[in-house]
Amino acid sequence: MRTSAERSFARRAQQALADSTLRAAVRKAQERFRTGKRNAEAELGHWEAWRRLGEAIRRHTIENLDFYLEQLADNVEKNGGTVVFAATEREAVDYVVQVAREEGARRVVKSKSMVSEELHLNRALEALGVDVVETDLGEYIIQLAGEPPSHIIAPSIHKNRRQIAELFSRVAGEALPDDTPSLTRFARRQLRRAFLEADIGITGCNFAVAETGTIVLVSNEGNARLTTTLPRVHIAIMGAERIVPTWDDLDVMLHLLPRSATGQKITSYVTAISGPRRAQDADGPEAFHLVIVDNGRLDILGTAYQDVLHCIRCGACLNVCPVYRHIGGHAYGSVYSGPIGKVLTPLLGGMDEWHELPHASSLCAACSEACPVRIPLHELLIEHRTEQVTRGTRPWAERWAFRLYRWVVTRPALYRRAVRWARRLLAPLADGEGKVRVQIGPLKGWTAQRDLPLPARQSFLDWWEEEGRKEAARQHEPRTEGEGRDGERSA
Amino acid sequence: MRVALFVTCLIDAFFPEVAKSAVRVLRRHGVEVDVPRTQTCCGQPAYNSGYREEAREVAKQLIRAFDGSACVVTPSGSCAAMVRCEYPRLFADDPEWRPRAEALAAKTYEFSEFLVNVLGVEDPGVTFPARATVHASCHMTRGLGVKDEPLCLLKRVKGLELCPLPYREDCCGFGGTFAVKMAGISAAMADEKIDHIEETEAEVLIGSDMGCLWHLGGRLSRRGKPLRVLHVAQVLDGGRE
Repeated sequence: MRTSAERSFARRAQQALADSTLRAAVRKAQERFRTGKRNAEAELGHWEAWRRLGEAIRRHTIENLDFYLEQLADNVEKNGGTVVFAATEREAVDYVVQVAREEGARRVVKSKSMVSEELHLNRALEALGVDVVETDLGEYIIQLAGEPPSHIIAPSIHKNRRQIAELFSRVAGEALPDDTPSLTRFARRQLRRAFLEADIGITGCNFAVAETGTIVLVSNEGNARLTTTLPRVHIAIMGAERIVPTWDDLDVMLHLLPRSATGQKITSYVTAISGPRRAQDADGPEAFHLVIVDNGRLDILGTAYQDVLHCIRCGACLNVCPVYRHIGGHAYGSVYSGPIGKVLTPLLGGMDEWHELPHASSLCAACSEACPVRIPLHELLIEHRTEQVTRGTRPWAERWAFRLYRWVVTRPALYRRAVRWARRLLAPLADGEGKVRVQIGPLKGWTAQRDLPLPARQSFLDWWEEEGRKEAARQHEPRTEGEGRDGERSA
Repeated sequence: MRVALFVTCLIDAFFPEVAKSAVRVLRRHGVEVDVPRTQTCCGQPAYNSGYREEAREVAKQLIRAFDGSACVVTPSGSCAAMVRCEYPRLFADDPEWRPRAEALAAKTYEFSEFLVNVLGVEDPGVTFPARATVHASCHMTRGLGVKDEPLCLLKRVKGLELCPLPYREDCCGFGGTFAVKMAGISAAMADEKIDHIEETEAEVLIGSDMGCLWHLGGRLSRRGKPLRVLHVAQVLDGGRE
C-alpha cells in the first residue's frame, strides 16, 4: 500500500506544497476533468436519478457479494477460464508469479490496474527476471520515472509535457521534441514492440458481470484490447467488490463511470471478455486467469465503512478535492490517494500505519457530492476520526483539550467567564493593531499562517445582558417617579 | 413573530457585532428577538474531530437552552448544518434525546434562509454602496443545501455591486480544526480563494460563516491585503461593524 519512503504525511505534504510545477500540473488536469464531468452530467440529464440508481445497484451487489462472487466464478469457469480467489496480497502475487513461471514468460505487458499497484505486482515479476511493460501511456510514463501513480485514472497527472519529453529522450538516447504528437508517436513505437513480444497480458477489471462471467475493461488508448488479445495468456486481476450482477446493471455503470472520470460520454474502447479464445474465434489468448483479490476488502463488510466498497474507481472525488489539488497524489503516500484513498487506505493498510490520512480534510464534502454512487466520503472520514478517539490513539493534548472544552461549554456561566478570560490572556500577545501574530504553543497552528484577532472587549451575550438591564431600568424609571410603587417591587 | 437567536460561540466571543446586526435586521423585519442565556456552542469542533461523546454532551446543553423556543435562527451556515443534519444522527440510538434533537433540528434556520424562506423577505430595504463578492461556505451549501438565499437578499441591496466569485463552490480551507492540524494545506487553500477574490476586484468579501471569514480574514491580514470582510447580516444592516 505504501508508495513513499517518507513516513510522515505532514512532511510529504510540505514537500508537495513547495513544488509549484506539480501544483500547476495537478490544478490544470483537475480543472479539465471536473469541468468535463459537469458538462457531461448536464448533457445526460437527471444526474441525481442516475446517481441514486448507481448507488442502489452497488448497495445490492455488495450486500449480496457472496452470491455474486460465486456466480461470477462459476460462469468464468464455464467459459473456460481459471478463477483464483486470493485472500491476501501474497496469495495474489504468488499466483501470478506461478503462472508466469509455468508459462516460461520473459515479457509481460500490462494495461492500467490499480489493484496490481496495490499488490506491487511489477516488483515481484521483475524479481523473477520478467520484463514488465506498462502500456497505458500514463502508466508507461511513471514506470520510466520509477514512480507510483498519483491519480486513480490519470497516473501521471502530476507531470507536464517537458518532464515527459525528458523521460522519453532518456529511453530514445536522443533529445525528443516536447510536442504531444511526437511524444505519443515515440511511446506507440516502443509499446507496439512490447505487445508483439509479450507472453502474458495482465489487465485490471473495471466491472465483472456475474451473470455471464464477463470481464469489462473501459479504456481510451486501445492498449487494454491489445493486452488481452496478442499475448498467449491473459491474467485479469480484480478487487473482490468490482462486480455487477447483470448487463443491465453494467449499462448504468457505463453511464456513470466515463462521465464521472473524464467527462466522456463513453470511452474509446469498452472491451468485454468472456474467457479464453474459443475454437471459432479469430484471436484471443489460449488461457485466461481471473484473480479475485480480497486483501482486506471483505473485512469491511458489515462495518460502518461498507459503503466504501461501492466505489467504482472513477477518480471524481480526486478531481474536486481541494486538498488533492494542492498536494497531488504522491503526498498521500498510498496507492489510493485523494478522498477515497483517505477512507480506504486505513481500512486496507491498517489505521496505526495511516492515522494521519483521515485528518487531511476540511470536510468540505465536495467528494461526497461528486461521487457517482453517492458514497458519503466525508462522513466516513469523521467515522475514522471517531474510531481513533474511541481506541484512545489520539495525542493526549488533544484528548485533554476536548475534555476541557466539554467541561467549559456544558456550563454556561463558566463558558461566559472563559470568553472574558480569553481576551485577557491573549491581549498581552497582540500587536498595536490588536492582532496576535506570535507563533507559540497551541496558537502556532493558527498564527503560523494567519493573524488572530483578539476576542471582543465584550462578548455578545454579555452585551445582551447589559442591554436588557438598561432596558429594564429605562422601563422602571418613569413609573417609580410617577406612581411611587415600583420601589417596593424592585426591593 | 418571535425567534430565539443562536449566536454561536465564535460570534459571541470574536464577532459580537455580527449578532448585533442580525438582531437589528430581524427587528427591522418585525421579528421579536430573544437570546436564551444558557446557550454556548453546538459541539461541531468535537463532532468533526471524532469526539462524539463530548459532542453529545455539548449538544444536550444547546438543546436544553432552546427547549422553550418556537423558532431558532443562527447567523452561521455551519452551526445550522450541525444542528439540522448531525444532531438527529448523534442521538439516533437515544430514545430520550432523539426526539428533542429532532425537534431542535426542525425549528433551526440559518439567518438568510430564515429571512427568505420563512419571513418571505424580498427587499431587505437597505443601502450599502460597495463592490463585493460572496463566499459560499461548504457546510451551508452542501450540508444545509442553502445556496441562493444570501444572494437573493444581497442582490436587492441598493448600491451593492456583486461580482461573481470564480470557483465559488471550492472550500476556503478553514474546516475547523483542519486549519490548525493541517495549517500549510489550509493556507494554500485560502491563498487560492484569495486569488479568486482578487480577480473580482471586489473591495468587500461577504460570507455567511464567520469560521470561513475568520480564517480568510486572518490570512488576508497576514498577507497585508486591505479587503473588508463582512457577514451577510452586517451588509443587511447597512455595513455596520
